Amino acid sequence: MRADAGAILRIDELTVSFRTDSGEVPAVRGVSFELAAGEALALVGESGSGKSTVALAALGLLGGTARVSGSIAIGDIAVVGAGERELQRVRGKLASMVFQEPATALDPLMRVGDQIAEVIRNHDDVSAAEAQARAVELLGHVGLPEPASRVRSFPFQLSGGQRQRVVIAMAIANRPKLLIADEPTTALDVTVQAEILDLLRRLAAENDMGVLLVTHNMGVVADFADRVAVMTDGRLVEEGPVDEVLLRPQHEYTRALLSAVPRLSVAERPAAAGAAGAAGPAAPAAPARERYVEASGVSVSFGRGVRAVHALRDVSLDVAAGETVGLVGESGSGKSTIARAVLGLIEPDSGSVRVFGEELRRARGRRLRQLRAGIGVVLQDPVASLDARLSVAECIAEPLLVHARGLGRAERRRRVAEALEAVRLPAAFMDRAPRELSGGQRQRVSLARALVLSPRLLVADEPTSALDVSVQRTVLDVITELQRELGFACIFVSHDLAVVQEFAQRVVVMRAGAVVETGPTAVTLSHPETEYTRRLLAAVPVPDPVVQRGRRLAAAGGAA
Amino acid sequence: MSTLLQSTPELAVAAGPTGGSLAWRRFRRNRLAVIGLAVVIFFVLFCFVGPLVYHTDQTRTDLHAINLAPSAGHPLGTDAVGHDQLGRLMYGGTVSLMVGIAAGLLAIVIGMVWGSTAGYLGGWVETVMMRVVDAGIAIPALFILLVISAISTPHVLGLIVILGLVSWLVPSRLIRAETLTLKNRDYVLTLRAFGGGHTRAIGRHILPNSISTIVVSATFQIADAILLVAYVSYLGLGVQAPQTDWGGMLSQGLDAAYAGRWWLIVPPGVAIILVVCAFNAIGDGLRDAFAVRGR
Repeated sequence: MRADAGAILRIDELTVSFRTDSGEVPAVRGVSFELAAGEALALVGESGSGKSTVALAALGLLGGTARVSGSIAIGDIAVVGAGERELQRVRGKLASMVFQEPATALDPLMRVGDQIAEVIRNHDDVSAAEAQARAVELLGHVGLPEPASRVRSFPFQLSGGQRQRVVIAMAIANRPKLLIADEPTTALDVTVQAEILDLLRRLAAENDMGVLLVTHNMGVVADFADRVAVMTDGRLVEEGPVDEVLLRPQHEYTRALLSAVPRLSVAERPAAAGAAGAAGPAAPAAPARERYVEASGVSVSFGRGVRAVHALRDVSLDVAAGETVGLVGESGSGKSTIARAVLGLIEPDSGSVRVFGEELRRARGRRLRQLRAGIGVVLQDPVASLDARLSVAECIAEPLLVHARGLGRAERRRRVAEALEAVRLPAAFMDRAPRELSGGQRQRVSLARALVLSPRLLVADEPTSALDVSVQRTVLDVITELQRELGFACIFVSHDLAVVQEFAQRVVVMRAGAVVETGPTAVTLSHPETEYTRRLLAAVPVPDPVVQRGRRLAAAGGAA
Repeated sequence: MSTLLQSTPELAVAAGPTGGSLAWRRFRRNRLAVIGLAVVIFFVLFCFVGPLVYHTDQTRTDLHAINLAPSAGHPLGTDAVGHDQLGRLMYGGTVSLMVGIAAGLLAIVIGMVWGSTAGYLGGWVETVMMRVVDAGIAIPALFILLVISAISTPHVLGLIVILGLVSWLVPSRLIRAETLTLKNRDYVLTLRAFGGGHTRAIGRHILPNSISTIVVSATFQIADAILLVAYVSYLGLGVQAPQTDWGGMLSQGLDAAYAGRWWLIVPPGVAIILVVCAFNAIGDGLRDAFAVRGR
């Protein structure tokens, strides 16, 4: 439905640039599109593509350093050039916004009911009591259990998903005709993401509300959108119905982007196949292989007494030579904690962690250093992983300075150059500063540092989750190739089931500090034995709108 | 496929100005800081190079030329024992600046070691170390200085050590706070995971990354220390005659000021105010300069 008169948002030749210290930086270059009432349009692209800038510009929320030209109309009100008073009448009333991070979108010192009431009373002349009553009603409407008591909660008393529901309640408080959602589910776990997307879908249908969804996640697009607009480098390169764009992309960029997305291959009938799968082809067990990591009965808790948090309860984990084990689970499941216990960064309360056949806790001095020299680490945050003050060469050389002190300067530089070459970065990068590198390049530098001592075990904690899909693809490819060449074992922590399915031979599913299920990836992720894993898998949206629609219907049918 | 994708985000390598020159540009944008720097450079040259150009006798008294008003021969007049006041301002300035700068730096070094150790080790060690700091801050520095001065007669070196020992508390708190955030950075965790020692973590990552905090706080420490030297000397507990410093000159000139001999009190007073303000302005400028470096 290409609406003309019915368009709730009309953007025409929008151009935005930002003034910075180093001059004018263009962010959006001539973007035009329309959004009809009741329609869901997904604006997709990688970081820096300008998609969030478009979303912010639509509500006139860009800061003072932005220069905006072109036209934006919400209903029949022009946003570009409108005064602040006029914009305030539009925001929250005619159009509203949901941001990525529910933790910072709410005022931590105000009860959630009061925050919702404030939005209502900004635009409607109603009594405080009436606004409170409507807040309760709204909270019930967005699916928060016990809305009458939750209305008096503070944000910190709610989970991330619940907070996002409150944010959505605030956004729809005045029944807007347009909802702009900027990565509304990116900070949430997959199961929560599925619930929030369901909620948005229901609300949009009820109010005939147009939704502009800004996202980088193709699965979310396939799950939610009617139409898709693809942005790169500030330009709109492709726009069309979701089935067309995701299944038959026309533009070269869209095709490349889609082919880089890791796909979760889902079993045709996930529920029924469980038992058969487990009895199916047993894992190609190789008992002869040496065990590099043997963690057994590991428990870790933080804090003391009643406030203690049990991060791990009796967790066991084995990793054999040359094997890749994927650790998956939602946030708070303890997957990073067990990885850190293997690294010796966290001392377990009980249980044993043996690395290369030796108890990590008992090893001291030289022996401990030798054990640790055999382990490489890559952590999640590409910015925080490298010391900004050091050059790339100094970052990579650090393990050499610790473990191979006898090396001369020239020899060290040679080893660093080799490591850079191994991760497919030019040797010229040696004298660059980390801040001159992109996120993907930085993660490859981290990888080079992890591999410079030729470790036998690599621990990678969400190494690609802060990266764009195309960059994630190159980093994963590099790790895979190097593993084939060097034969190290790998513990791969990730919340992304599709990546783990592609990357790991064995998978360990964790929940609330305990192992739920473990087995060969091919078996466990296509024929899960536990309800939890099944739910986890069902919640992951696949980037194929037709398949995803079928899964959604199946899930709804199963629930009913 | 990958060529297209690689070319977009991976080419985002900005060949911008280096961190140093950018910082200097930011510093220059702060007018007051540049003026402050000029003032400090002026006073350093005035005190340390000045006497080589403008010769005066600051050890022997000259009773034929006491309490002279400013004139061609003595641009700032002479004091009660016949020392040339302009020469005395230079002579006293060397002590004030030297003691102030050295004591400020000593304070920052002690604070650095104490704060980073406490922040890095954490646990009960940190608790004990920081409670010591709290207790120290609760006792006024001036009180400690008065007690110490009553017991012994300080010379320049002693004064530096004493002032350093009473003023490291605040910097240690700042550096502890900085250490707390830095020790959980991924690069420090990574270092520890592959077996790097604590000394390396502190020396190579934590302290160098808190350099902005350290340098900014050092300039403020120096300003404070110069002021402290003045206090102590003004109370008659500073360096002993014939040595002097700006605070001591103020103290000796106070009686004379009532007799109308303003030249004995205005120049050292103005010098103290200017130098202290200048160091504070430099501190502000440095804070701006470091703000751009980001991470």
